[in-house]
Amino acid sequence: MIPQQQRLAEVFVELADTLVDDFDVTDFLTTLTERCVELLGADAAGLMLADERGSLQLVASTTERARLLEVFELQEEEGPCLDCFATGEAITNVDRAEAARRWPRFTAAAEVTGFGRTHALPLRLRRRVVGALNLFTDEGAPLDEHDLAVGQAMADVATIGLLQERSLREQTALSEQLQSALHSRISIEQAKGVLAARTGTSVAEAFTVMRSYARRQGVTLVSVASGVISGDLAGEVLTAPPGGDRG
Amino acid sequence: MESYRSRQILHRVLDEGRDRPAELIVRWCAEALPVSGAAVVLMARDQPAGTVASSGGAAADLEELQFVLGEGPCVECSATGRAVLVPDLGAVARDRWPTFAARAVERGVCALFSLPLRVGEIRLGVLDLHRDAPGPLVDGDLAEALAFADAATALLLHLQERALTGASPGDLPPTLDLEHGRAVVHQATGMLAVQTGLDLPAALVLLRARAYTLDLTVAEVARGVVDGTLDVRRPAP
Repeated sequence: MIPQQQRLAEVFVELADTLVDDFDVTDFLTTLTERCVELLGADAAGLMLADERGSLQLVASTTERARLLEVFELQEEEGPCLDCFATGEAITNVDRAEAARRWPRFTAAAEVTGFGRTHALPLRLRRRVVGALNLFTDEGAPLDEHDLAVGQAMADVATIGLLQERSLREQTALSEQLQSALHSRISIEQAKGVLAARTGTSVAEAFTVMRSYARRQGVTLVSVASGVISGDLAGEVLTAPPGGDRG
Repeated sequence: MESYRSRQILHRVLDEGRDRPAELIVRWCAEALPVSGAAVVLMARDQPAGTVASSGGAAADLEELQFVLGEGPCVECSATGRAVLVPDLGAVARDRWPTFAARAVERGVCALFSLPLRVGEIRLGVLDLHRDAPGPLVDGDLAEALAFADAATALLLHLQERALTGASPGDLPPTLDLEHGRAVVHQATGMLAVQTGLDLPAALVLLRARAYTLDLTVAEVARGVVDGTLDVRRPAP
């Protein structure tokens, strides 16, 4: 296997491996967007899900810059992800002139945030579209057919993750999953503030510390956030160098 | 999510239920959804700490049972922060809540749905719904129930803010800050909790009350807290 294919296989195994009992949707989707960036050579990725009322919500984004642009898109109700969601069709490799014509405000905001190109791939569940995976690149370099196939496979894996969580938890509907995912994000924001104030760092640094700890210990970011807020996880424990007591 | 629908519910409840908005929200919720009754219960350390309002009858009895026994869907819902949906109580719940389930079934309750009243790690309470016939809440009804839960969460916070600021009804815009781009509000809540020694719910209420007394938006005050340019512990100038 060539290295790129091997890495792709590893990522799918990693994602499948997380679909177990203590599976957390927010964590799963966050990891998935990070792997999209890596595999597709994108600069950022984000994921939006919709409820029964058809309103999209942002559940994961790999960078603050991407998050701001996605929030803008939702607030302005204009942009490729919304169109992708509405039509169920992938929106890829739209050049800047066409983007400016179709989504003038979004395109202006994308330029301010420094993104050259945006792509949106649908999360499809049989005939229903449940969300969209967004990819952002700084340069105007297009994604080729292979990249898009990988991207769509990742979007399909995201949908499988949502289904898996539903089958683990009896009777859970998408609206409840979405609400839970949003509250998980809020918990993480609250924990960032708690840790920043406790250790005298910025909220961005606090996030890095929480994320590194979660990865080192193989636990979910949400559970780390809970531990920070309850006080079970002190600042010193989180920043302790790896390889120490793993308790 | 803080949907248009939850804001609509909240504003109507505050407009029409001035003196007793909590009573109005449970009554309206019970009417709007295919359920027999509804109740809003406060939780403290994942145990029932008092019923805020109930639509009466079995709804009140169910809360009393969960309060006395310390078991039931509201306990599980508060601990996990997730909805607990039991479409057929007789079939599944005897193992889960042996005493509670038997008593609830005797009382004629066939289905139970508990929804968390939460803002991230802040767990204020639970919206309990029950029905005298088995069957699930279908997706659209569940979305509506979640909108009621968000409205009830906003209402509980709003009532606390009013008590803290002495603002009259209508002066203080009720909000949950669950929509996009409000991360800074939740970060500031966490920082403020550490700086003041308050718990998270109290820190959130303080943040929002300070926005009111300083005549700033909640996001502006939150930004000031996170940047370190605003000390909300100091009284307004």
